[in-house]
Amino acid sequence: MTRLRADQRHPVRFTLNGKSVQGEAEPRMLLSDFLRHQLGATGTHVGCEHGVCGACTIVVDGMLTRSCLTLAAQVDGCELKTVEGLAPSADRLGVLQQAFRRRHALQCGFCTAGILISLDHYLAKNPSPTEAEIRDLLSGHICRCTGYTPIIQAALEAAAELAPSNKETSDA
Amino acid sequence: MLQAVKSANPGSGDVPWVGRSIERVEDAALLTGRGRFIDDLGVAPRTLHATILRSPHAHADILSIDAEAAKRLPGVAAVLTGSDVKAVTMSLVVGVKAPVECWPIAMDRVRYVGEPVAVIVATDRARAEDAAELINVEYRPRGAVVDPLGAIAPGAPVLHDGFPGNLASDRSFRYGDPEKAFADAKRRFSIDIRYPRNSCTPIETYGVVVSYDAGEDAYEVLANFQGPFSIHTVIARALKVPGNRLRLRTPPDSGGSFGVKQGVFPYIVLIAAAARITGRPVKWIEDRLEHLTASVSATNRATKLSAAVAADGKILALDWDQVEDCGAHLRAPEPATLYRMHGNLSGAYDIRHVRIRNRVVVTNKTPTGLNRGFGGPQVYFALERLVQRIAIGLNLDPLDVIKRNLIEANAFPYRTATGALLDSGNYQEAVARAVEQGRLAELKAKRDEARAEGRLYGIGFTAVVEPSVSNMGYITTVLTAAERRKAGPKNGAQATATVGLDPVGSVTVHVASVPQGQGHRTVLSQVVADVFGLQPNDIRVNTEIDTAKDAWSIASGNYASRFAAAVAGTAKIAAERVAGKLARIAASQLNVEAAEIVFAKGFVASKHNPENRIAFSRVAALSHWSPGSLPDDAGQTIRETVFWTPPELTPPDDEDRINSSLCHGFIFDFCGVEIDRTTLETRIDRYVTMHDCGTILHPGMVNGQIRGGFTQALGAALLEEYAYAEDGSFLTGTLADYLLPTTTEVPEPEIFHMETPSPFTPLGAKGVGEGNCMSTPVCLANAVADALGVADVTLPLVPARLVELVRGAEPPPPAGRATAAPARDADRRLRGEGQAVVKGAPEQVWAMLLDPATLQSVIPGCQRVDKVTDTHFRADVTLGIGPVTGRYRADVELFDLDPPRAVTLRGGATGALGFGNAEGRITLAPVGDGGTKLTYSYDAAIGGKVASIGGRLLDGATRVIIGQFFTALARKAGGGGAEAGGFSLFALLAKAASLFGGRR
Repeated sequence: MTRLRADQRHPVRFTLNGKSVQGEAEPRMLLSDFLRHQLGATGTHVGCEHGVCGACTIVVDGMLTRSCLTLAAQVDGCELKTVEGLAPSADRLGVLQQAFRRRHALQCGFCTAGILISLDHYLAKNPSPTEAEIRDLLSGHICRCTGYTPIIQAALEAAAELAPSNKETSDA
Repeated sequence: MLQAVKSANPGSGDVPWVGRSIERVEDAALLTGRGRFIDDLGVAPRTLHATILRSPHAHADILSIDAEAAKRLPGVAAVLTGSDVKAVTMSLVVGVKAPVECWPIAMDRVRYVGEPVAVIVATDRARAEDAAELINVEYRPRGAVVDPLGAIAPGAPVLHDGFPGNLASDRSFRYGDPEKAFADAKRRFSIDIRYPRNSCTPIETYGVVVSYDAGEDAYEVLANFQGPFSIHTVIARALKVPGNRLRLRTPPDSGGSFGVKQGVFPYIVLIAAAARITGRPVKWIEDRLEHLTASVSATNRATKLSAAVAADGKILALDWDQVEDCGAHLRAPEPATLYRMHGNLSGAYDIRHVRIRNRVVVTNKTPTGLNRGFGGPQVYFALERLVQRIAIGLNLDPLDVIKRNLIEANAFPYRTATGALLDSGNYQEAVARAVEQGRLAELKAKRDEARAEGRLYGIGFTAVVEPSVSNMGYITTVLTAAERRKAGPKNGAQATATVGLDPVGSVTVHVASVPQGQGHRTVLSQVVADVFGLQPNDIRVNTEIDTAKDAWSIASGNYASRFAAAVAGTAKIAAERVAGKLARIAASQLNVEAAEIVFAKGFVASKHNPENRIAFSRVAALSHWSPGSLPDDAGQTIRETVFWTPPELTPPDDEDRINSSLCHGFIFDFCGVEIDRTTLETRIDRYVTMHDCGTILHPGMVNGQIRGGFTQALGAALLEEYAYAEDGSFLTGTLADYLLPTTTEVPEPEIFHMETPSPFTPLGAKGVGEGNCMSTPVCLANAVADALGVADVTLPLVPARLVELVRGAEPPPPAGRATAAPARDADRRLRGEGQAVVKGAPEQVWAMLLDPATLQSVIPGCQRVDKVTDTHFRADVTLGIGPVTGRYRADVELFDLDPPRAVTLRGGATGALGFGNAEGRITLAPVGDGGTKLTYSYDAAIGGKVASIGGRLLDGATRVIIGQFFTALARKAGGGGAEAGGFSLFALLAKAASLFGGRR
């Protein structure tokens, strides 16, 4: 295991949404800060920095991860997916994103990135979730604007649209 | 059932965009991570980053601040304390006439936990936080008071000499003849209410970036401030510059506010001072602990409300006695929370006689400010709980009492006793529709059925009037008529909108509103597209504010639910003004009368001959390319800025009648709740909410506002409270302590609408965003009271509180060998006892305990130990609890030494994470083959940050750390030899004291 010195910056390299990225971080730097301030990937938001609000949720090596409870140095060599990696192209929204827009499932949009990531990750493994399952999944996210129902509806709609019986494959 | 708004082109036959739930223009960026929130924008080179050192005490004198070590840390540019800030700023203005100052940082005294004590500015945030830990502040605690009635009790600690008895304002009002009404009334009902502290807590925290231009003595501020921009005047005055040298800008996106981000303004002053002193731009982003502890909160209020009531339930008079708790400082615009509802103190009811006593008090808690609902939740909780009491007392159906008192449909516009002019409505019709569409009869049958089975099921009702578009003069009702005459009149609510046409004829709209997710850009594109006969997509809307360049006024901003009613309407007026000129231009080109011109499908055309037309963009661009060819009366069409203020918003009259708001929506809610007999958890079975917010501009967004407000209100009713210990320690500093509703607690409310347009607004719209924050807490409380059959319920309705209502107070636990008695709510004392066996005789262990030379190497995290006397030590230690690690300075003395058998230790510790003290007794007894059994007991109290964030963890963490300590001790003593032993009483106490904190 590499020993990191507290007072030094160390190189951190990983794959972010399919592209390799690198930067330097002190051992204490949070992954959320590294993404936002070192790499300029500001789509991931920080709401509480103690793992409760869920705004900073990303995927690290296939696992849902609170980037505010993860050190940048921990993800050296990993594969990361953030909200910036969800849309099929810069001018198009994915199925889940479109459902969010259609159902007014966001207002200020600050918590949205984490919620989209959790849903994207979950729907890929659970193509036909029930409302109860979606509510359970999203209980780890706090949204202060919407009252949640439109988010649940958008998730269920996207799931239906993305279901294997449907022709379109996942680009949520 | 949505009413179409008349567009400027009624002849075109197009369906207006207004009234349709089109997709939001805001969403694509927000859904793809391309939002532009304040912390996303990057900063200028050389920008410094600030962190704020805050008070761990609720009330204390600052004896000294030693920041030398912090200033020496590499990367630190400055450490500002109160005197540094005072040198470049003035006190914030206070909203009542009193010799009181209000600084954004403590001067020589702290008055609430979390009050800024020093601002540390460094090359990056981490270094600034490192430096903050090196600052030594010496405090002398004073008595603290957190209860509003306790604050005005004789002998209470006084926060400000200028507020004798902690009373900032005491005004009495009288409307009609309340004394006679009470004397004549058959019945009198009263209720005592304690409305708790809570906040709408946006997920994005405060952010401020300030630069200072010394050459022009001018500040440039970027902050996620939300308005009202009357605060701009407060900031400029505090910074000692004229308004034109304070450029205040807002970022394109803001992550929710709900009123809360009004409260960023003291930090604007603080960070501006830092920018001025360092000569470099300074950025500060608040963290969540800071936000929960010290950003802003809604007021808590103690209310006694009495009603004079006829036998049939008709309310004849009200007598309000409100004691408003604004926290430690009366910050602008307070005491506005208390006066925002002044015109509406009779709610939705026709009550002609009202007596009011309003007192504003200060306590050792965070200063209050804007929060969604703003005064409404506090007022309606008292009024609507009282209505339920009246019904029970008169053996009437609560809904019948509501209906008996509603203002008649033919009475609008209706002037309330206290001065509000209720613009429009048909409350009876709204109630009737809600009862039918929400299936009240079925819900009642369900309740009967549940009760027959022995379940706890209740139904609650509420009727409220939701005021919107605040009169900027309502706050002056806190002054006497004479004081108001002296100060000059304040009234109105200037809204502003600018519509511009560029050289290719495309349309830009700017408003001085600051949305935090409400979709203003989308709605404005609909409103303006209708006027010009264009698509919403053709209209670009900018809602950022730049006070140096934009049209704005003191009422600008996004608060008091003013967007749909005032701002969107003003945009319509501005667009129509441009359209009127374009019509004259087109008329001259098409050879028709201007009155015959219509705007439709991208063309400006003759109403009678649609083929006689000209492209909109061509007419729109003409003013740029060929002003000489415009008709003389058209003027320019490049840009129109409209200011609109409703004439109904007059200042308070000499009898203190005030039309506090322009619009008044109506809400009627009812709900069924079931309370689990075992867990006493409240489950909402059905929640019905009927809204009449006038004309609906975008149904999807209106329902979004209702759901969002409902959810925040559900939190206020069932979960949320900013909790303080009696000594003022703040106890809910994380989102694991301050619980917010999640997907698993929030049901979908059944939302119904009725539309009675406001005659006072350009689009007929009224505000809608705050209503459920007013109606829902009390509706749920009424249902819970109904379910439990109790007279008094207090928010939040957490199971621990309901259990006392249902089963009585919990009996004390049986005496016995309980370890570490769990801390009770609002009790920060920790007590515990235990024992451990280590190798080595008592004499040997005793010697190790008292040998300071060994301490430094064996106490984990110990930086240094100073021996003051043989029985008095000081040490610096670093300790972590849960996710947070901090440095502490511990001071320990030994008493009652009985070598080698027993010793008492007493000491305290202070550090970045808090303060505290502990006392412990340790006895040593020989056991077995040369070992020693140590028996210990401790009693500790804690305060400061660790109490705010670690309350849940402390008890367990204490036992874990002490356990680890003895494990390590046993290992060290066993391995003994020449090396220094591993255990010392001092280490134990240093750890314990550091962990628990301790009184000084």
